[in-house]
Amino acid sequence: MRTRRAAVQLLAPAALVVAAGILGTFVSQATEIYFVTALISVSTVVAIYVFVGNSGVLSFGHISFFAVGVWAAGVLTIPEAEKPATMPYLFDFLGSTTVGNVPSLLIAAAVGGVFALLVGLPLMRLSGLAAGIATFAVLGITNNILRYYEKIGPGLNTFSSVPETTDLLQATAGAVLVIVAAFAYQRSRLGRQLRATREDPAAARAVGVSIYRQRLAAFALSGFLAGFAGGLYIHFIPINVDAVYLDLTFITLAMLVIGGTTSLWGAVVGALFVSALDSMLAEMEDGMTLLGRTIDLPSGSRIIVVSAVMAVVLILRPGGLTGGREFSLPKLRPAVAK
Amino acid sequence: MIASGLTDFLRDAVDLQVQVDAIGLGAIFALMAVGIGLVFGVMRLVNFAYGQLIMAGAFAIAFASDRDWPVGVGIALCFAVVLALSLAMERVVFRPLRGQSAAVMLIATFAVAFLLQSIALLWFGPLGKTASSLVQLNRPVEIGGLDVRKITIVTIVTAVVCLLLLVALLNRTSIGLHMRAAAIDSQTARLLGVRANLVSTVSVLIAGALAAVVAVMLTVQFPTVTPTFALQETILVLAGVVVGGMSRLLSATLGGFLIGYVSGLLGGALPSAQSQYLPSFIFGLVILVLLLRPDGLFTRGRGLVERV
Repeated sequence: MRTRRAAVQLLAPAALVVAAGILGTFVSQATEIYFVTALISVSTVVAIYVFVGNSGVLSFGHISFFAVGVWAAGVLTIPEAEKPATMPYLFDFLGSTTVGNVPSLLIAAAVGGVFALLVGLPLMRLSGLAAGIATFAVLGITNNILRYYEKIGPGLNTFSSVPETTDLLQATAGAVLVIVAAFAYQRSRLGRQLRATREDPAAARAVGVSIYRQRLAAFALSGFLAGFAGGLYIHFIPINVDAVYLDLTFITLAMLVIGGTTSLWGAVVGALFVSALDSMLAEMEDGMTLLGRTIDLPSGSRIIVVSAVMAVVLILRPGGLTGGREFSLPKLRPAVAK
Repeated sequence: MIASGLTDFLRDAVDLQVQVDAIGLGAIFALMAVGIGLVFGVMRLVNFAYGQLIMAGAFAIAFASDRDWPVGVGIALCFAVVLALSLAMERVVFRPLRGQSAAVMLIATFAVAFLLQSIALLWFGPLGKTASSLVQLNRPVEIGGLDVRKITIVTIVTAVVCLLLLVALLNRTSIGLHMRAAAIDSQTARLLGVRANLVSTVSVLIAGALAAVVAVMLTVQFPTVTPTFALQETILVLAGVVVGGMSRLLSATLGGFLIGYVSGLLGGALPSAQSQYLPSFIFGLVILVLLLRPDGLFTRGRGLVERV
């Protein structure tokens, strides 16, 4: 019974992601982009969930791990011949190294994980508002350095000529991998200890759980997954460093909070729900025909609607759409006579 | 090489010109810190959308200056817009969220911030508008060999006056007493007859008035008003109030002043090759101070902030 419930908790989010992936094969090329974006969002939000959801500590810094993933995978896969044109000041070892798709994703994940570990070593001693501001400061520093330090990347320019290898299949596989990793972690000894510190720090410490170590482990894993998601993203659209700053931080946190911060199911549902809403609004901004009527929203209205939805969800349902619970099948009441 | 760079840096840092400008920036940041700290004290809510209130006020001034309305009308419009928005925010968002965890409230104000910013983007476009009505205050006057812009003097004087008025309000009136009581222990204060709604409305209104003052000051120095106006400043002030210590209004205000002063100082004294890394220097200092004094730089003894 317990293993069956656990299986359902893993299979439900994974099945939802696979369903989105399959659905994406039936639509036109233009619409498929929305599906790939949504699936990469799932990876990103689940990565953030691994730390924020399990520890209960808010982090504004996770997009910096995503950003170094974008940077690592981007810089290392641009063909050698193209590098001098877009990144003339690049360090030699970066300029002369070019790797394939899968190695670049692994490197992106590793860079994200190591960066998170190094940052976490001092920062995981903090909690509450101090932790929030400190992680925000990390985001600010990461953005500032990637933006101006042209020896490591294109600075403010777009990462151009990155091979666009992330397709629907890879995005789906990536999201499923991240979900499995997050699930394995939260069922593990480490994950359970961290969740205990979230529910009652004092009691957790009393039974010998080190809050610092548990948070650090989750932070590093979470950074690893976020770096991986960043790698997937840069192989999908060419972006510049400002695309991985405040707006992305806001939208990914919004997805997590709207879905429900404390469950994997919530992270997946939130990411897919907000992505669907966002894509619909994007279509409406271009003029969309729905039920015989043409809806044409002024461009820029999508973020208005998304932030309004987020505020409303927070006010009416602070636990998010899923209430922060894992997916479970409705209980079948056994028909036992009294 | 490094030694001469350091002496250059120190010489520039003690330069009176740099000092005056840094104090001017610190004064603006201190006002913003009071606005954020006051609301936090009464409601335990970190208002990330505070910068967007300032942005809205700045757009009001730009709107008036576009139509060649007198300066006074522009400032009045700025106050009206910011106060109305503050009230609406308190009613629609802050009040229903009372008692939620700090994280939920912070993210909710994050949402409000993006909402206001995208409305401004839709309305005025990414390039924004120009508020040119008060720019004559940007001209310098010479005091003892220093070029001090008039606005710096106006800012410092206004900040001091506002802070004195606030201290008088908090210490000499009954609503001030209620606010201080609610900040120390809101449940006990309510048991003793402090009206929570009134207290939160008043604190939001005071914070809004300060935001309008800051909007006027900032538009003089940076007349181009864009949807991200004051965003960078708000982020720094938020860091500043946490660095100073959120537990008391005074420590939060000092923290806000300090981060403004330090960024003014670094901005004036860093060699130009490094000045683009100014945010990294400041955020690095913020992290360092938070690690050394997580309860805040200006708090006495060990506060109640839990430290794991």
